[in-house]
This record gives sequence, C-alpha cells and structure tokens, in this order.
Amino acid sequence: MEHTSTLERVLRAIAITLVILFFIFPIFWIVLMSFQTNETILRVPPSIVFEPTLQNYQALITGELDTAAGKLEFDFMSNLFNSFYLSTASVALGLILGIPAAYAFGRLKFRGSEDIAFTLLSFRFAPPLLVLLPLTIYFQKLGLADTYFGLIWVYQLIVLPLILWIVRGYFEDIPADIEYAYRIAGHGFWATFFKIALPLAMPGIAAAGLLAFIFAWNNFIFALVLASADKQPVTVGALAFVTASGIQYGQIAAGIVLSILPTLGLALYAQRYLVEGLSLGAVKG
Amino acid sequence: MTDKYLRLENVDKFYGPIDLGVHAVRNVSMDVAKGEIIALLGSSGCGKTSTLRMIAGFEATSRGKIHLAGREVQMLPPVKRHVAMAFEGYSLYPTVNVRDNIAFALKAARLPASEVDAKVGEVAEMLEISDILDRSPNSLSGGQQQRASLARALIRSADLFLLDEPMGQLEPQLRTLLRGRIKHFLKERGMTAILVTHDQTEANALADRIAVMEDGMLQQYASPAEIKDRPANLFTGTFVGEPPMNVFPVRVSVEGGKLHMALEGGKELVYAEDAFAPEVRDAIMTRRDIVIGVRPYTVRRDESGVEATVLTNQWLGDQSHIAASFAEATVVLVEHDRADVVVGDRIAIRLDPSDLHIFDPATGMAISHGRGLA
Repeated sequence: MEHTSTLERVLRAIAITLVILFFIFPIFWIVLMSFQTNETILRVPPSIVFEPTLQNYQALITGELDTAAGKLEFDFMSNLFNSFYLSTASVALGLILGIPAAYAFGRLKFRGSEDIAFTLLSFRFAPPLLVLLPLTIYFQKLGLADTYFGLIWVYQLIVLPLILWIVRGYFEDIPADIEYAYRIAGHGFWATFFKIALPLAMPGIAAAGLLAFIFAWNNFIFALVLASADKQPVTVGALAFVTASGIQYGQIAAGIVLSILPTLGLALYAQRYLVEGLSLGAVKG
Repeated sequence: MTDKYLRLENVDKFYGPIDLGVHAVRNVSMDVAKGEIIALLGSSGCGKTSTLRMIAGFEATSRGKIHLAGREVQMLPPVKRHVAMAFEGYSLYPTVNVRDNIAFALKAARLPASEVDAKVGEVAEMLEISDILDRSPNSLSGGQQQRASLARALIRSADLFLLDEPMGQLEPQLRTLLRGRIKHFLKERGMTAILVTHDQTEANALADRIAVMEDGMLQQYASPAEIKDRPANLFTGTFVGEPPMNVFPVRVSVEGGKLHMALEGGKELVYAEDAFAPEVRDAIMTRRDIVIGVRPYTVRRDESGVEATVLTNQWLGDQSHIAASFAEATVVLVEHDRADVVVGDRIAIRLDPSDLHIFDPATGMAISHGRGLA
C-alpha cells in the first residue's frame, strides 16, 4: 500500500533532516562547547575538532574557577538545587491548589465561576515587570523577600493558572455520568473524586505539571529581583559567568547542559502519561 | 405500603432559578408499587430523563418530595438512596474490562469471588455479552457497551432500578429478544424498575404501567391497555399508537332525531341519537365544537360511509396502511388483508360510534371513549 515514490521519500528525508538540524544543532553545539575551554570556543574559524576537557564541569561542581584575572568563586550547584527546589515545590503547591479548583470549575457550575477562572487566567496576561515593583515593596514589608516561601508563592502566578486551565479541560472531558455511575454504586463524593475523576484526568495533570515545572524552571525575572545569591536559581546564577575578565562560554554551556537535564529527564518520564492522554479521547461516550 | 413503594409528590424541576428558569418537570406526582415496572414515555425534552435523574439524586428537586422504600430521599446524596442506574451514555469505567465493570459494585460490597462470578455469568448470558467480558469498554460497539452498562445496573441489589433508554442502541432482533428476557429477569426477582424510553413498543412490552410525559407534565399514568383504549387527552391519544390516531374537529347538531357531526369541507357523519350514552350526548351538545379521534385499525371501508380519496396504499407484509384525503385532512386506516385500492380511488369510510374518542377542543381532555364518558 506504499505509494510514495523514491524521490518523494528522499525529499521528505531531507526536509526532516533540515528541521532536526535547525532545532537540535544549537543544543548539540552547546554540548560541544561545554567540553571546551574559552580559547578553543572562540577560535576563528570554529571547528568541531578539539581536545575535550571536563574542566568546565569540574569548575561548576567544585564552585571554583581559575581565570586569567584570578580565582573566581561561584555556587552553581546550590543554584541548581534552588531551581529544583523552587520548581518542585511550586508545582506541588500548584497541583494541590489547582486540581481541586479545576475540578470545581469544570464540574460544579456556581455563580461567578467563569469570572474567577478568567481572573486567574488573566494573571498570565500581565507582563511580570508590571507587578514586580509593587510586589517587591510588599514582599520587603512582609519579610517575604528573599525567602523560598515568598518565591514559591510568586511562582504560583506562573504555575497555578496553567494547571487550572489545562486540568479543567480534562475534567470537563470526562463524562459526568461515569462519576455518577460510581457514586450511585455506593461511593461518596470524595471517593469518586479520587478513584474516578483523578485517575482519568491523570494524563492532563501530568502534562500540566510538566509544563508548569518547565515554566517555573525557566523563570528569570521574579527570581532576579526577589532572591539573593543563596536563593537564586540557575537562570539567575548563570549571570555570574559574565565576569570582569570576559564571558565564560565554556562554563555557561556546561551550566546549560546541567540545567537542561532535570527537565529533560522529567519530560521523558512523563511521556508515558502524556501518551496515555491521547487514548483518553476514546472515553467520550 | 407496597403500592406506594416509590412516591413522587408534586415534584418540580427548574433549570436555573426556581420559578424563573426552564421549567423542565411540572408538578409531577406518581406512585409505584414494589415489583412494578414503569415506563416514562415521551419525546425528547419532555422531562422524563430529568425525572429519572431526580429519583437517582443527580439532579436536585426544585420542589416536592420523593419517597422510596419508606424513606424521604430527595435530600439524600445518590450513594444513600440504594438505587441502581443504567445510563444512556453507558458510562462504563474506561480503565477496567467489561467483567470488572459489571462486578464493580459487588466487589465493592465484598461479596465472595465465586458468587460474583456466578452473578456476572448469569447476567452476561442473559444479555448476550458472555463473549466480551474480558474486553475493554473502548473496544466495544455502542450496543455492546449499552448491554454492559445495563448488566452493571441489573446485577446490583438495589431498592430501585433506573434504566435510561436501556435498549436504544440495540439491533431490532436483539432488542425484541432482550426485552422479553429483561422483563422476565426483573419480574422473577421482584425488582422495581423505571425505564425511560421514547419507544412506545418498548414501553408497551416491558411496563406494567406507562407514564406519558409531555412538556414537563405527566399526561397520563396507566396500564398500556388503558392508555390505548382510554387516552386521557389528545396528546396521549395521538402520541401512543402506531400509526397515530386520526383526529378531526367537528361541529355537532341534532336534526330529525339524528346526531350530525359536520366535518371540515362540508361532509358530515350521521349517528343515531342513542349511539352515545345520554350523558355523553349532553357533554357533546353543551360544547357543540368537539374533536373526534379514531384509531386507524378501527376505520372501516363501507359503501354507506363518507367519501375519501386514496393518497397512498402501503402493504407492510402483514397489513395495509391506506392514507386518504378526508375532511380537508388525511385519514389513515389499517387493514389486515392486502387492500386492492390504488392512488386516486374513491373509497367510503365509516367511523363506528363505539370506536370514537371525543375530546374537548379547548383543553384537549377526553370527554368520552366509545359509548361511555371518559
């Protein structure tokens, strides 16, 4: 039944290769850079032939770097930990708050529900810079500036609307009668929520959680203003590589590779839930 | 107590604010005896499914009370009402196979596995789904899912069984077969059931009593035979019965000791004055304008009758359906032998007084059926 000609297949292969090159090449180049010193990176013309070194990774892990201008100290690993901690905690809090809210918005129609849901979504409309100044002042007055708690709270601006709106759609797609069938068979509201609604929406929850994690991980501006050196995530910490003696491209590349790994791992892990999500479509009666 | 096992008292349902929203169910009251099978019959949007869901507890009653097995239940959550329900949309749990779907409630009630297996086997065999027990709901056809959903409801021990369009997706032959089996199953166990349907054949075959609903109101609540022979109003008269009842407005007068019913278009039906009981005659004469209804299978062809022109003549294999233009409208008659008339033929039609249903044109309420008052 294969009707594609050889020419068509060759053209298609070329097109796919081009697309892959376009998207993968920057990452590939960064991986290469992370194994080079600044000297080989800045060669003209650039070459992919070089003597690989683990110096960059070593520097990141030990937190010390000898440069021409002297010894540079930074704390990349604790930045990485901060990123991990802030993102995980934010997403966890976002899920705890967002899933019941999404269920309420999706299932229980109550007065003003659409308005509240839209207000929550509108948090995503405003540029972060708009709210940052008043937020900074409030946080300083409240003593929340430069605390994990304060940052996690602000991160809810990013993760909560996302989780709420994605998961709500999944709850709405589950026929209500499936829950009714379970309830009428002798189960209460909460048992139905945990045993039927939650498992059926799990692919959506996984997708929303993953996206929220990536958004939180990539956040720069809130952490830049509201966190000091010991609370800042990698996105802000990477600024330390722009030094008086020049930009440390090698370390930046190594830092990027290290900071991609957790989200990449998470995405690979969550993939099976995401695929399950596609088969959920068959539930619709 | 048994004749009021389930009791709806002045139940109202509004979608939206009370008295302002959509009035889906209007002041419905009905009693169901233990072991009875009731059909809620009506067209789409008549309020029958809303009524069912109020009994199940998925919709709140706006007003009125529901009693079930001696308890007032309208405020109870579904879980406390002890009812089982088969949903129109099947609503099988997608994550477990058909067997586990059916056995779900039994397993939750911690019945021994052998007993669960026996019960599942029995109900699956009755509904012809023994061969698909190990498949997942998503891989099934609509009819198979519907039977699985029905099995899941019927297997339970509940005070009341609610079946929402339980056989809508089945093929005609299977439907006829299962109708009999389900009725037997329910009756054998003394189960009380309410089924919602828009199929009058199903309602007639399954139900002990039929509740005809239209526009949120209970139009008539009676046995299938009574609904057919003594329709309470024009709606039930024309809604139940296939083909539908013929209906004509007439004006009545008495001339020379005969009762004349003037049809539209100048023709008239003439009856002896004693063809109707005196009280019926009085009821007719005080109104003068009435509506007469006559079932297609009681319309006779007779030389002495009123003239009509044949529009169609269909032989359905076991009966002829003849439609003819009559009194500025159409009359349908059913004959059991193959009729030899063709389109354009002139026939004469006789409507026997004992077959006439007479209705009040203003209220639609029945005045008389045959000789006697309604």
